[in-house]
Amino acid sequence: MSQTIVFVEHHNGTARAASAQCIGAALSAGHGVIAVISGSGAEQAAATLGKVGVTKAIVLTGAPNHSPDAIARDIAKVVADNDAKAFFAAATSTGKDIAPRVAALLDSTLFSDVTGLSTEGGSLTVVRPWLAGKAIATLSSSAPVFCATTRLNVFAAQSADKSCEVVKMAAGSGGKAVVTSVAAKATEKLDVKEAPVVVSGGRGMKGPEHFHLIEELAAAFGSAATGASRAVVDAGWRPHGEQVGQTGKTVSPGLYIAVGISGAIQHLAGMRTAKVIVAINKDANAPIFKVADYGIVGDAFEIVPALTAAVKAAKKH
Amino acid sequence: MKIVACIKRVPTTEAQAKVAGDGKSLDTAGWQYMASFYDEIAVEEALKTKEKLGGDVTIVTLGPSEASKEVREFLARGADNGVILKDADPAARDPRSTAKALAAKVKAIGADLVFVGRVATDRDNAAVGAMLATYLDYACVTEVIALDISGSSGVAKRETEHGVETVEFTLPAVVTCNKGLNEPRRASLKGIMAVKTKPIAEEAFESTANQALVTKVELPAARKAGRILGEGAAAVPALIEALRNEARVL
Ligand SMILES: Cc1cc2nc3c(=O)[nH]c(=O)nc-3n(C[C@H](O)[C@H](O)[C@H](O)COP(=O)(O)OP(=O)(O)OC[C@H]3O[C@@H](n4cnc5c(N)ncnc54)[C@H](O)[C@@H]3O)c2cc1C
Ligand SMILES: Nc1ncnc2c1ncn2[C@@H]1O[C@H](COP(=O)(O)O)[C@@H](O)[C@H]1O
Repeated sequence: MSQTIVFVEHHNGTARAASAQCIGAALSAGHGVIAVISGSGAEQAAATLGKVGVTKAIVLTGAPNHSPDAIARDIAKVVADNDAKAFFAAATSTGKDIAPRVAALLDSTLFSDVTGLSTEGGSLTVVRPWLAGKAIATLSSSAPVFCATTRLNVFAAQSADKSCEVVKMAAGSGGKAVVTSVAAKATEKLDVKEAPVVVSGGRGMKGPEHFHLIEELAAAFGSAATGASRAVVDAGWRPHGEQVGQTGKTVSPGLYIAVGISGAIQHLAGMRTAKVIVAINKDANAPIFKVADYGIVGDAFEIVPALTAAVKAAKKH
Repeated sequence: MKIVACIKRVPTTEAQAKVAGDGKSLDTAGWQYMASFYDEIAVEEALKTKEKLGGDVTIVTLGPSEASKEVREFLARGADNGVILKDADPAARDPRSTAKALAAKVKAIGADLVFVGRVATDRDNAAVGAMLATYLDYACVTEVIALDISGSSGVAKRETEHGVETVEFTLPAVVTCNKGLNEPRRASLKGIMAVKTKPIAEEAFESTANQALVTKVELPAARKAGRILGEGAAAVPALIEALRNEARVL
């Protein structure tokens, strides 16, 4: 069985959901997985990887700070040492930072943000969006190593009961770029890309002072993130990191709620792969209703608080 | 300081996708083009860096002759030189092949700093910048939202899912530019007039064959027609019911 090397991110002693999904993608392609994991708490997280189907993890030790180029060199070495034919990472900011470097070190191209994976006659093909999802391409590879990043919330993580062998490897030094500090988010807020539920507000919210309504609705769902249209990000009402769309983030949550968003083509490109879409808009002809599974026509200021209360009540039973 | 900004000519974000007759590419009929959204930010950062530290800015694009329109726009904003590495269909080139071609040009220029976009909004690879840096053995910081260069090093901030990272790096470097880094300027009328007839070099380059091979292109399945559940807060119970028992997401 050929091996796929997967770069695994972790948090609080376990693999991040995005990485567990990426491992799931590799396993579903019939590959064995060797995880590469680094940073503080890596060893502890590595020991739990059997639960998502990994039987071997390589922990990079001794690096004082995260350096994407140093880690990329270490991963490329692991690929070569194991004669691996594939390398995967989750399409998170960290994964997207590291994966192209690994690919270049292996003189292999990179398939970014893949949403589908299949094995035909022993070789991999991927599906990935073009033009932010306006078209879907299927591609095969003639690269020496098949390098890909996997889109979040698309592949299922496996739930297994394996034991994971943990091997230590000294991290390489000499990083040309080094992360010297991370200003953690004030609250442990989920990012739009990772959250199973995203509640987004647009210009229909009338001003930044009303976005607490969006935040409260998100909070009622529990595991949810807040998003925004470009119009409100450009107006400075919301941070850039929340922008959903062709020039923002592409999201595929289980549930996407668009409040006061008209549904411009560039916004739709970023959220049309959500499993369920709900639109709240006072204009019954807004294009957002064309992609929404469920719509309510009316004033967000009346509907959103009522919905928040109803979600809270529903969550109780 | 030798500064390069790489820009890619891409269809405008309004472009609708239609599969071409071969089933493996897109029908570009009727499309309008622009420099990729983030490349505007890359050029702006290049110009700001030149204004602060001195030097010159070269705009490099791998693309068709028609890209001279976008290159000229950036010359009008204050870039010093423009080069087109002639390629009829840059979208068809995989990120490795693109990065290799750009790397050769950047090396020939001897750039200390290369600004690229976070992602080009045609193929959405978000890969060329870091691959280019790796082929050149330059430092690279991706998705940068704040930048400070002094002497032969720099400090950048990048936004991740978990917070804002501060990254220290050495020059030469490739910086991939994210929204929030700056507000791109517009060209002045004077700038536009000054570069109206400025020659933009078109060069051949050594092309590396693609490793990514397209087998099929399709349009995404149309979403199933949805339902308007009603008007105002009175429709909320119907929505809760649908989310819970039909969509099963609550
Ligand atoms: C190059 C380029 C890239 C772009 N990239 C993106 C991108 O990544 N993401 C993105 O989102 N956009 C992007 N856009 C912008 C896009 O074209 C739209 O302008 C933008 O999405 C509109 O934002 P909006 O829906 O919040 O605002 P509007 O279009 O102004 O819509 C506001 C909506 O709110 C409704 N409304 C008003 N009041 C209420 C109320 N009280 N209750 C309920 N509803 C109400 C209105 O009926 C309307 O439908 C891009 C544009 C360009 C040119
Ligand atoms: N054909 C090209 N010509 C010049 N620069 C390019 C080209 N393709 C990509 N780039 C640069 O690399 C960035 C990221 O592109 P990509 O990895 O394709 O998403 C772009 O924003 C450009 O700055």
